[in-house]
Amino acid sequence: MELLIFLPLVLALVSALGSKWNRWIILVFALSGLLILTGNFNVLAAAIQEKSSFQTIVDYPWLGDAVHFRLGIDGITLFLLLLTNILIPVISLSIKTDKRPALIPLMLFMQAGLNGVFMAQDGLLFYLFWELAMIPIYFMTLLYSERDSYTTTIRFFVYTFVGSLAMLASLIYLGTKSVNGSFAYSDLYNVQLTLTESIWVGAGFLLAFAVKIPLFPFHVWQPNTYTYAPAQGSMLLSGIMLKMGLYGLMRWYFPMASESIDFYQPIIMILAVIGVVYGAIIAIRQDDMKRLIAYSSLSHVGLIAAGLFALNKSGFDGALLQMFVHGINVVGLFIAVNIIERNFGSRNLNELGGIAKSNRLFAVLFFMVVIGSVAAPLTNGFPGEFLLLKSVFDYNTTSAVFAGLTIIFCAVYMFRMYQFSMLGECNSDTEDKTIPVSELIPLFVVAFFVVSIGLFPQWYMDLFQNSTTSLLQIISNAKGVLS
Amino acid sequence: MLSIFHSLEISHYIYLSTVLFSIGLFGVLFRRNAIILLMCIELMLNAVNLLLAAFTEYMGDMQANGQMFVFFIMVVAAAEAAVGLAIIVMVYRNTRKTDVSFLDQLKD
Amino acid sequence: MNPIAIILLFPLLGFILNGVFGHKLPKLVSSSLGALMILLSFVTAISQWSQIAFDINGSISWEAYTFFNLDGLLFRASFALDRLSIWMTLIITGIGTLIHLYSMSYMDHDKNPAKFFSYLNFFVFNMLLLVLGSNFLMMFFGWEGVGLCSYLLIGFWYQNASFGAAARKAFVMNRIGDLGLLLGMFLIVKNFGSLEYNEVLPAIAEGSTSNVVITSIAILLFIGAMGKSAQIPLFTWLPDAMAGPTPVSALIHAATMVTAGIYLVVRCQAMYSLAPMAQELILWVGLATALLGALIGLRQNDIKKVLAYSTVSQLGFMFVALGVGAYTTALFHVTTHAFFKALLFLGAGSVIHGVQDRQDIATMGGLKKMMPITYITFLVGTLAISGFPLLSGFFSKDEILANVFHHNIIAYVVLVFAALLTATYMFRLLFLTFHGEFRGTDYKLSDVHESNWKMTLPLIILAILSVLGGALNLPHYLMHQEGFLASWLKPTFLIFEHAEHSDLATEIGLISVAVFVFLFGWFYSRNKYISKSESPESGSEGIAKVLANKFYIDEIYNKLIVRPIEFFGDVLFALFDTLLLYGITFSINPILRFTGRLNRKIQNGNIEYYLIYMVGAIALLLGLNLFFA
Repeated sequence: MELLIFLPLVLALVSALGSKWNRWIILVFALSGLLILTGNFNVLAAAIQEKSSFQTIVDYPWLGDAVHFRLGIDGITLFLLLLTNILIPVISLSIKTDKRPALIPLMLFMQAGLNGVFMAQDGLLFYLFWELAMIPIYFMTLLYSERDSYTTTIRFFVYTFVGSLAMLASLIYLGTKSVNGSFAYSDLYNVQLTLTESIWVGAGFLLAFAVKIPLFPFHVWQPNTYTYAPAQGSMLLSGIMLKMGLYGLMRWYFPMASESIDFYQPIIMILAVIGVVYGAIIAIRQDDMKRLIAYSSLSHVGLIAAGLFALNKSGFDGALLQMFVHGINVVGLFIAVNIIERNFGSRNLNELGGIAKSNRLFAVLFFMVVIGSVAAPLTNGFPGEFLLLKSVFDYNTTSAVFAGLTIIFCAVYMFRMYQFSMLGECNSDTEDKTIPVSELIPLFVVAFFVVSIGLFPQWYMDLFQNSTTSLLQIISNAKGVLS
Repeated sequence: MLSIFHSLEISHYIYLSTVLFSIGLFGVLFRRNAIILLMCIELMLNAVNLLLAAFTEYMGDMQANGQMFVFFIMVVAAAEAAVGLAIIVMVYRNTRKTDVSFLDQLKD
Repeated sequence: MNPIAIILLFPLLGFILNGVFGHKLPKLVSSSLGALMILLSFVTAISQWSQIAFDINGSISWEAYTFFNLDGLLFRASFALDRLSIWMTLIITGIGTLIHLYSMSYMDHDKNPAKFFSYLNFFVFNMLLLVLGSNFLMMFFGWEGVGLCSYLLIGFWYQNASFGAAARKAFVMNRIGDLGLLLGMFLIVKNFGSLEYNEVLPAIAEGSTSNVVITSIAILLFIGAMGKSAQIPLFTWLPDAMAGPTPVSALIHAATMVTAGIYLVVRCQAMYSLAPMAQELILWVGLATALLGALIGLRQNDIKKVLAYSTVSQLGFMFVALGVGAYTTALFHVTTHAFFKALLFLGAGSVIHGVQDRQDIATMGGLKKMMPITYITFLVGTLAISGFPLLSGFFSKDEILANVFHHNIIAYVVLVFAALLTATYMFRLLFLTFHGEFRGTDYKLSDVHESNWKMTLPLIILAILSVLGGALNLPHYLMHQEGFLASWLKPTFLIFEHAEHSDLATEIGLISVAVFVFLFGWFYSRNKYISKSESPESGSEGIAKVLANKFYIDEIYNKLIVRPIEFFGDVLFALFDTLLLYGITFSINPILRFTGRLNRKIQNGNIEYYLIYMVGAIALLLGLNLFFA
């Protein structure tokens, strides 16, 4: 399974050697992760077994005895690995290599980092991969942003980096307290902290994750970065990278600083719900499609964070499912915007319209992604959002009412976006221009997931349900020790 | 011989070398002329030398570790003076000045 | 294969086939495919009738799969065909078939009828999901699905931006209701640990649940019903929804989808019977809607808008019936309303076709000579909705009025007034469209033509149903026994439905009032629009202006809700997000730059200063050491 990290690194180096790759070769490169996953079928099958906890599968000493190169897998990790390694090929299909040659190696490099984050079972290793995944996105935005690339990039990078350092401090503190100074996952969460210690350690984790997710009001880096970054950068950021933050909450924050959960729960819950409404209201008024998606993403992930902090089964299951679904949908939306921008020269809603007239297939595919985001039943958005709202409702009725506003506002801004880009009268730019079918291939993959998750969510939930149960068990045990 | 040294208190040596050191220090701090700076540095080094020699005598250090350091310092001081004077000569050739406040190129 | 699966499969198949291959097929093939699928569904449903009819508790159930499983809490995709749902299924597929047939001709001129039929099939599929689902989740699926189809069909002519706006408005307003419904479902799961009707409803009927919980659930579900069934305050989308093709208005916005709210309440009869507060709320909301819709309908000049407000008003009547606990009566009115309102809408569509896509009745008049079949059937529809004795609307409306009379006399008076307005505006519409002088200016009466058989056949069938529909639930005073529908539905009601049977004198009194109401409406409109041959009011002053402008409710909503949210969005974005939040976070930049500049003064590159700092610092440290030692 360590191949999942090293092979993309090697491929990144290989792809950096040439500059003009055929898109099918790139696809093969990008598919490597998925191939490795299928190759390790037995390991994966074991990961979703009943009572499956975070099993160690790779373990080498790395920095002395304290820090090991230790990878683990369970249903949660598997699900996110699937997300990563499915989305990377999808995104790779939308790349035009001739203009932006560095995207491919950077993306593969990032794939390695992301796979590492989801599998890391050692505090310092987790931090290492966490930062490793950041490096490519730094270069992507720096090299290919459409404007203000230096300012946007440096702000985004430093801002997230501050959060990461806080997390590093927390990890090191935990490491000093653990048996033999070990950074192993299980040793870290067995560390007993006092309430005060736990609040500080928790603050370090939460800062890193809140910035990455991003949670209101730590989202300030997000709108500009999503808007100005190259489309593939935005896809990687919103589709996969922000799941790192949510994953971190689940896997690292809750078990590590479980004593502080009661302290932070109401605060984060309120922030998350504010974020849901706040992002949605702002999204209603945006004309730049990418910025609109950025704010809608803020709204959606706010709900996921709220579901996680409700700390119940429905919240965890819903959050995981929705992480996958949000990844699929937001990448679909960015691909659609990218196609529109490439073919019609603009992504401003005031300058578009009537695209559906001569692009029937594209209109259908785009619409499927839109209704997926709107969470209409029979599409993938519904089951996750249902579970999340249910979990928030079980935690607190008022929060659920406010969080529930998302289903209204989301319909407003998503349909507004669709209306003004695809429907209505054509203008001179959109008249009779047909999008080549080859550009639509990634959207077919997205559409497949929109429908299949929408119809059969249990297929997907079977992958991680046992693991969320055991993770919740660990968390409640850890909380129980203190109280 | 010994008695001559011992007729003075150790404190006298300390006072003397403090005064010498201070003169050197203030010279370094407040004078601008590079040659004077070098001389003041020598003065500070020699103040320390004096103290080392005195302490060696008064502490009854039969291996004379302190005095050994004095020799080292004298060698280093000589080397330093040589290099320092060479630099000053070069600076003087370039700028026609030996004023150090003129040399603030470090800041950029 | 389970019959429910077959019923659901046909429309779905139609949707997929027409959606994927439709644009390659000839128009006739794709449109007949659409109609055929609904017909097959209808036939399948009929074939199951006997199985349910003979057994008093008979129902067919079908468990397709587990939608999701939350630690043993199962959310199932399961369906049931019981007496209530087969009744709804027959209405949906039956009227659906007629409307599909009608559409074959109506949409013939459109560029893309395959798209239309695939949407329409998908709508029927979702509507069937709604009524066939045996739990709240499946009901919700259908509920949102029909909303989506409604969006697609209202905005069918997508190049018109205002149609798109109407479609979005419909969807969003429905979603407001859906939020209520969703929260209601969460409350149900929390309290009963299930969403299955046959687990939740008996548990409620047992009566051990606290009244607060039941009332909250009932009100939350009713909020959902408000959205879907266009009740105050969420009704403004329905008149706008007339932007869609006319068959859509007939099927979705008159006969089926908008009655989903009534279906929901009837389905949860056990819950509402035990929540008197919720019932009272329903009663007054329904009453207000009935009155408001009828008032606005008086001064509309768009033929479809009149019918739309009439629908709003009639839905209000149904909710009034639910509010007084007359569930059977409400469903009875749903049924008869489906007949005559579908008829009226299709008639209106035929008129619109006949006069080349005009909808303003100010430009019509005297059309009866040119469109005899349309005229006669439209007349039947008008008579039925206005309560002409022995037609279907007469019986169902009379039953509602009788029930309200026993419940609350004030509500009765208001409702009678609404009924009077109904007769008035309907005859106004009829007279202005078909009678009197032809008022068209930019086209000739001789251009007007009767529609072909595909359009008139459904009209004739629906007219017959509108006449005879009353037989489905004849009143007690005629038969001295329960009506058919009442006895049919009895087994599905978990709590005994108390039916009011008044003595003969009261009954005669009530009927006379109803007949008077009809006669008044007829006479008033006849006097005004035929005898004095007034042309339709432009509604430029006084109360007429308020009515013609729909009480300015859209404007009020715009001012009070839409604009503030938009304003809020702008302010949050420009001031809070960009300026304040972004500003504060990155105000660290100038701070760093400022301190950096200060530092640079100290680091001036001059070695003697560095020495002074160094010596100073050493002196300070030594001094501190001395001082503290």
